[in-house]
Amino acid sequence: MARGFKEHATWSPYENNGGTCVAIAGLDYCIVAADTRLSLGYSILTRGHSKLFKLSDTAVMASSGFQADVRTLQKNLEARQKGYYHQHGKPMSCPGMAQLLSNTLYYKRFFPYYSFNVLGGLDTEGKGCVYTYDAVGSYERTGYSTQGSGAELIMPILDNQLKSASPLLYPPRETATPLTEQEALEIVKDTFASATERQIYTGDGLEIVVINKDGIHKEYLDLKKD
Amino acid sequence: MAMALDFSGLEPASLRQHSYSDPAAHWEPQCSFPLPKVADLDGFQKAAVDLLKPAHGTTTLAFEFQGGIIVAADSRASMGQYISSQSVKKILEINPYLLGTMAGGAADCQFWQRNLGTRCRLHELANKRRISVAGASKLLANTLYSYRGMGLSMGTMIAGWDETGPALFYVDSEGGRTKGTLFSVGSGSTYAYGILDSGYKFEMSVEEAVELGRRAIYHATFRDGASGGVASVYHIGPQGWKKISGDDVSELHYQYYPPESQASAPDVVEEQPMQQG
Repeated sequence: MARGFKEHATWSPYENNGGTCVAIAGLDYCIVAADTRLSLGYSILTRGHSKLFKLSDTAVMASSGFQADVRTLQKNLEARQKGYYHQHGKPMSCPGMAQLLSNTLYYKRFFPYYSFNVLGGLDTEGKGCVYTYDAVGSYERTGYSTQGSGAELIMPILDNQLKSASPLLYPPRETATPLTEQEALEIVKDTFASATERQIYTGDGLEIVVINKDGIHKEYLDLKKD
Repeated sequence: MAMALDFSGLEPASLRQHSYSDPAAHWEPQCSFPLPKVADLDGFQKAAVDLLKPAHGTTTLAFEFQGGIIVAADSRASMGQYISSQSVKKILEINPYLLGTMAGGAADCQFWQRNLGTRCRLHELANKRRISVAGASKLLANTLYSYRGMGLSMGTMIAGWDETGPALFYVDSEGGRTKGTLFSVGSGSTYAYGILDSGYKFEMSVEEAVELGRRAIYHATFRDGASGGVASVYHIGPQGWKKISGDDVSELHYQYYPPESQASAPDVVEEQPMQQG
């Protein structure tokens, strides 16, 4: 008799709900975008599920993977963020939130959150910053990133079009893209439209959030629903 | 004015610090992690690794010579066959006089070396002097030994300059800790060893040593598919570490083998006419 352990042969605590997320850092803005399709196997569970989550006025997280784990992770971070705000009298900075997310993911190193995250926002100087993660918390600040099912289709386009230098070059060079907000937005819309054509888990709708000194501006557009 | 509220209920249990009044506290690792309630933990961990494909890191090297220590690494991370990043920082700055390298699981290396930095600082505050490289590497090795068998994957080098001079240790997730003068770790290490072993002389100048480290990483990225990106080189002297260079390896290729003399570059394919009939 199992001592409280699940022993069903094919049961897994994880599911993959698909979806794709993108974040791009500019000199004074940051764009975070994700599609709105929620899938399970060959089924679409809903066309209107948001993968974006506002952590503060300067940090927005987008996550693909197992949406139950994503939701729990969002709640966990929101609680910590609120606690920080009440304890310190100011919201957590985006780089601070980035390390908090890394530690939160690593805390579950032996039963991981099945969540592939990108965090976008403005750093303490008002410059765009993007942080990209793996499922167990390794993270780095980059000029742009994608995660999720469409990442392998979208990343090469961003590598080619955004002209961001590597953060590791020495003498250091600017890693945020030199493109304007409008140019970067066009690239985001085009890449999602392309990924939707060739990826079954990406489509239905696209939510885009732009963070700059004027605050957070949200946009929604339709993607192909087939 | 901000209130001081009690958030201890929200702290994850693993990160609560043990009290200093408990003498056994120093021997225990400072974190403990929740485990899934399954009968076959090893099987679960294997399945989780296959499912999540955590990012892996790949060619790193470090060696001592008359002018101190050179530490160099590539910057590619792969998740399965996908190159998830070409800009991973694999040389981790633990504090201004200690460097650590990353090979194996990226999250494991980042987290435990950040934890090591915290503990080195606590040592300074408690003992009013900097921790030695031997001491820092021992702290890390003891932590990793306590997680032996749990599936952590780390092959790291701890390098620094302390009161005894330069020191270099290799520490891994099997719990091993070895002092040495030349190491290379990762999937590209064999290629790096070839360059290092043939070019190494203890009496090298700093410029020659930096160039040897850079070239060894370049050659490893040339032949190992899991290594690439930017070759970073750091030098550790009596005042601590300093980053010397960060060069894209594809640009290094054309520096070492300029286009006019491509014929002398290794493994260059001459343009062939298309196969016919």
